[in-house]
Amino acid sequence: MTSRFAPGTFSPAPGRGRLPRMLLMQARTEFTLTLRNGEQLLLTMLIPLGLLVGLTLLDVVPVGQPRIDHVTPRILALAVMSTAFTGQAIALGFDRRYGVLKRLAATALPRWSLVAARMLSVLGVVIVQLMVLGAVAAALGWRPDPAGLAPAGLLLLAGTAAFGALGVLLGGTLRAEVVLALANTVWLLLLVAGGIVLSVETLPGPLAVLAAALPSGALAEGLTAALVNGAGSWGALAVLLAWATAAGLLAARTLRLS
Amino acid sequence: MTVPPVDGLVDGPSDATADTAVQVRGLIRSFGTTRAVDGLDLDVHCREVLALLGPNGAGKTTTVEVCEGFLRPDAGTVRVLGRDPATESRALRPRVGVMPQGGGAYPGVRAAEMLGLVAACAARPLPVDWLLDVLGLTAVSRVPYKRLSGGQQQRLALACALVGRPELVFLDEPTAGMDPQARRLVWDLVRALRADGVSVLFTTHLMDEAEALADQVVIIDRGRVLAAGSPAELTTGGAEQQLRFGARPGLDLSRLVAALPENCLVSEPQPGSYLVEGGVDPQLVATVTAWCAQQGVLAEDLRIARRSLEDVFLDLTGRELRS
Repeated sequence: MTSRFAPGTFSPAPGRGRLPRMLLMQARTEFTLTLRNGEQLLLTMLIPLGLLVGLTLLDVVPVGQPRIDHVTPRILALAVMSTAFTGQAIALGFDRRYGVLKRLAATALPRWSLVAARMLSVLGVVIVQLMVLGAVAAALGWRPDPAGLAPAGLLLLAGTAAFGALGVLLGGTLRAEVVLALANTVWLLLLVAGGIVLSVETLPGPLAVLAAALPSGALAEGLTAALVNGAGSWGALAVLLAWATAAGLLAARTLRLS
Repeated sequence: MTVPPVDGLVDGPSDATADTAVQVRGLIRSFGTTRAVDGLDLDVHCREVLALLGPNGAGKTTTVEVCEGFLRPDAGTVRVLGRDPATESRALRPRVGVMPQGGGAYPGVRAAEMLGLVAACAARPLPVDWLLDVLGLTAVSRVPYKRLSGGQQQRLALACALVGRPELVFLDEPTAGMDPQARRLVWDLVRALRADGVSVLFTTHLMDEAEALADQVVIIDRGRVLAAGSPAELTTGGAEQQLRFGARPGLDLSRLVAALPENCLVSEPQPGSYLVEGGVDPQLVATVTAWCAQQGVLAEDLRIARRSLEDVFLDLTGRELRS
């Protein structure tokens, strides 16, 4: 019997791919998949955009004047939370279900890159969100304080790290359906009562204290201080970094491949 | 079909001179109170194909996942290409191709994207488009993984295992969910891998697959090895040979029994179907046909049957279906 394959077709020639290329390919694949996923786009783009326009034009929640300047930092915090936490946790939960982590772990990709590339992809999506939301906000009259742009950048990075680590913690341990339910519930709770839509000082006493210590409250208040007043908010940054470290360490211990 | 030749092996096989690709000794692995693998030994020789054959729940996947470095053994030693998969996976990953049971890909990823990603992790991958074509996936290369059929997902998983030109591949149930054509293709691939010097360990519960492909078959059940050897060794052995023939039912067998050596068994398992077991040699065949002539019967469909691997398997693992 003659083979349909020429001799030597599968002669072994193993070797590791170049690390930067592997990382970028994984991150690019996950970035593309996020932008192609309709439910993810609803979460990461359409809801923040709707709230940005709605909260600016309609006087439904108390915010400072001009409204757009006070609404935009909160929507940016929401965008980070949606992508890095909720979107990522759900994607990770289902990726594990479909065996992709095991598949990638079986390649020459180092183990840490399984998560590092995800973070890179999340950061890419956050940057796209910032550009789109920033452009729409600017069209609505948003004028951030230039002195606050650098602190805001730091806060956004720290916020992405904190929410990203929490997303990996949730999505990397539980069953996909449970992840889906929890990630959406937590998203809604933090949106309403975690200091995002309603500022921390408008929340009732104990909830205000709690919200200020949550990554949602810290990011929204920190971004507001930076972009409205041009002030650095070291307390908020410290809260975010603490969450990022704690959740990151825990996630590294609990991440399950399947 | 050909692919471009490889030029300049830079970090190719280092210790391919060792003649054992996978060595497992006394492997024990439990999940909770269930002992999935219970003192298992096996050897995959370099450039050979080993089939790990067993019913569902026999411990095949656990064994393979230990060899792949995904599970740590509770006890025993495992060496893959001379290294410990639990602690040296970084060195082993590039050299070993893995097809996990049920595949593995992002639910929304296109087949070509997934294979491209896995290919990017290798230094000298096989051409992605060529491999998709070989595996009959070109037409669905832009279809999201979750919309592929089970057989297509399996073929993509196989492509991912092979694309990095590994020295050793682990294929866990490679033909599960495949139609006969795709199964035949996988068989051809495994034969081509072997011919090109790749060592293969695959699991299956299909006897014909093990018999057709494997140099060595290890039959396991409840985490233990029941039998091991080449398909020929497992299916022959003098006492296990059989001679079967058909004739009219109800023949008196006493004179045949008297004419045959003492260790032979003669029976009529079904009316009109006769079975002689034990030491089948030319003399025995002559004795049987002479007896038929005396009885005035024409022996129909006279054949010397080896036990099939299926017989061996069922004898060892029991004939009842298990949940």
